[in-house]
Amino acid sequence: MPGPIQSIQRAAEVLKLLARGGAHQLSVGEIARALGLAKPTVHGILRTLQEVGFVEQEVEGGKYRLGAALFHIGTSYLDGNELRAKALNWSDTLAMRAREAVRIGVMHGRHVLVVHHVFRPDNSRQTLDTGSLLPWHATALGKALVAFGEWPDGDLQRFTRHTLDPEELRAAVDVVRDRDWAYDLHELVEGEASAAAPIRDRRGVVVGAIGVSGPVERLCESPDQPPRLELVSYVREAARSVSRELGGLSW
Amino acid sequence: MAYIAAIDQGTTSSRCIVFDQSGGIVSVAQREHRQIFPRPGWVEHDATEIWTNVQAVVRDALAHASLTYADIAAFGITNQRETTVVWDKATGEPVHNAIVWQDTRTDALIKQLGDQDRFRERSGLPLATYFSGPKLRWLLDNVDGLRARAENGEVLFGTMDTWLIWNLTGRHVTDVTNASRTMLMNLETLDWDPELVEAMDVPRGVLPEIRSSSEVYGSYEGVPVASALGDQQAALFGQTCFSPGEGKCTYGTGAFLLVNTGAKPVLSRNGLLTTVGYRIGDEPAAYALEGAVAVTGALVQWFRDKIGLIGSAAEIETLARTVDDNGGAYFVPAFSGLFAPHWRSDARGVIAGLTGYISRGHLARAVLEASAWQTREVVDAMNADAVNAHSAADLTTLRVDGGMTANNLLMQFLSDVLDVPVVRPIVAETTCLGAAYAAGLAVGYWTGTDELKANWHKAAQWEPSMEPAARDRGYRKWKKAVERTVGWMDEDDD
Repeated sequence: MPGPIQSIQRAAEVLKLLARGGAHQLSVGEIARALGLAKPTVHGILRTLQEVGFVEQEVEGGKYRLGAALFHIGTSYLDGNELRAKALNWSDTLAMRAREAVRIGVMHGRHVLVVHHVFRPDNSRQTLDTGSLLPWHATALGKALVAFGEWPDGDLQRFTRHTLDPEELRAAVDVVRDRDWAYDLHELVEGEASAAAPIRDRRGVVVGAIGVSGPVERLCESPDQPPRLELVSYVREAARSVSRELGGLSW
Repeated sequence: MAYIAAIDQGTTSSRCIVFDQSGGIVSVAQREHRQIFPRPGWVEHDATEIWTNVQAVVRDALAHASLTYADIAAFGITNQRETTVVWDKATGEPVHNAIVWQDTRTDALIKQLGDQDRFRERSGLPLATYFSGPKLRWLLDNVDGLRARAENGEVLFGTMDTWLIWNLTGRHVTDVTNASRTMLMNLETLDWDPELVEAMDVPRGVLPEIRSSSEVYGSYEGVPVASALGDQQAALFGQTCFSPGEGKCTYGTGAFLLVNTGAKPVLSRNGLLTTVGYRIGDEPAAYALEGAVAVTGALVQWFRDKIGLIGSAAEIETLARTVDDNGGAYFVPAFSGLFAPHWRSDARGVIAGLTGYISRGHLARAVLEASAWQTREVVDAMNADAVNAHSAADLTTLRVDGGMTANNLLMQFLSDVLDVPVVRPIVAETTCLGAAYAAGLAVGYWTGTDELKANWHKAAQWEPSMEPAARDRGYRKWKKAVERTVGWMDEDDD
């Protein structure tokens, strides 16, 4: 049995890098720097991947992105716009029941990309933040995603005195994996909390997370307690409904 | 706890959505039916298949949420409009496939009936293949022996609301909103107009009784069937546009802008339709002006199915975001002519402004932008009619709903080209919600329209951010592209 084939490993690294970039395209130089490889090596890999349709360029000599062929071979890649379209009814219903703002997030490099945002249903002035990035380690959405995915590299910025340190975070994420839902309490903003649950596709792969966020007075029994279980049940029900919409659950 | 179940009998599928008292969705079930294309331009549905599907989605929706009929306070009905079916009164068997609203087989009949505005004052509608009356006439003229059977009272006519209510309750009725799309109803009397019925040459006896949109017509499995509204009127109701000047635009296959004009019908001078918005029980009817755009979401579907650059409708946003603008390309989807405000059946689609620079990303942008520019045209017509009618219907925000509101890029661009905020309510399924609301009002599940208005909440809002010069330049180019679609069809084209 021969050992791993280096060029395939490298090609996989290139694809993973492009996938993490989402709609953001990368140049040969950027990829070479990120992976610590020589530019001609990366160029060769990209040319081969381009031939099989796994990467593509908008213009000759321009930046690269994932190719259409990849999207059609059953990867865990789920278009964020697709997720929003499928989740529309259930995120609306969650916002109505919880009376709080709803967000749906997917991992985007080291951050949570907000792919959908439903206003808190009180007709107050709010700004749509679809497309913005959240730190994964200080949000329920991020913890729900990382619990069932890869641990992102990089420093974990402290936002408040309640932001978890790496050790606490490891333990918290283990609990999330166990319970299948996550929360944050004062960890991003003092006085605010959030709760989230993972969304799964037809193969059971976590492709996103849905959650509510708001002031602790509304979400929690007391300022030092996790969000109310009633609220958590709404969040989990919404996550199950969206998963069912994606073919992820048979019930 | 009781719920309201809305049945949405649509063009491509039938759905049942169960709502709770706050208007939240409890359960959804859906089944598609066959699109039958016997010839180019002809579109039919099997009404029996549709009735079977409706029974199935009702059962499925209840089962998904572990509910029984006893948990349902009322059924509401909303439906694809104008689609026409005739059936045997004794057996319930349709005498022919239903003729769908998009069907153009009545083209020759329409030309024969004369001037486009002949029936406009009485019916609010221009003569067009779109409406039900001519479709009924075609069936009477073309199905063997049908006219004699009609005159003997052996068969019944209905739009899809009527077909469902007859099957559900045994009563032969329609609601004012569906009746207003037949071209046989008088807008002032809200009854069949003897002159229109005679001009269309249909026997009065086949027509259903016209009732309000919100009352108990009968019951099914012990549950009152308590509302019927055409889909676009149901969306107006679901958006709680109960005051004159309030309106909404629904984005589905096409786009339909409806604005409540209050207790008096307003005739358009700018290519809009006059229609009934709704009528609650014995209250006076509310009228509406309608800007109907034939192709919006259907263009995205075409781009997916026929061009194949995207795998799903939602992916068009991903593709469109690979570029910053349309690169100068404009796509006018006049696939079956242009509806409002142009009403040009001789138009066909164009992509204008093509250069070697244009990529598929630019085309995706042009596809999405087409929905926004077409909306701009009907909004301009609506505002012009408001000025003529001295009403205050100048749109200062646009309420939107329908599946395409999931597309952020489109919603932002829409706000940019209209230069007004665009607002999505918390239930995007306003068509079903409207039918549920009307049914709930009829059985006292909700106390009144004020309670429904309190349920309306903003789920998202997009603010205009385009430079006026860029907006004006874009609109100018769009209008030039539209000019290039008209007059394409010749006399000897089929």
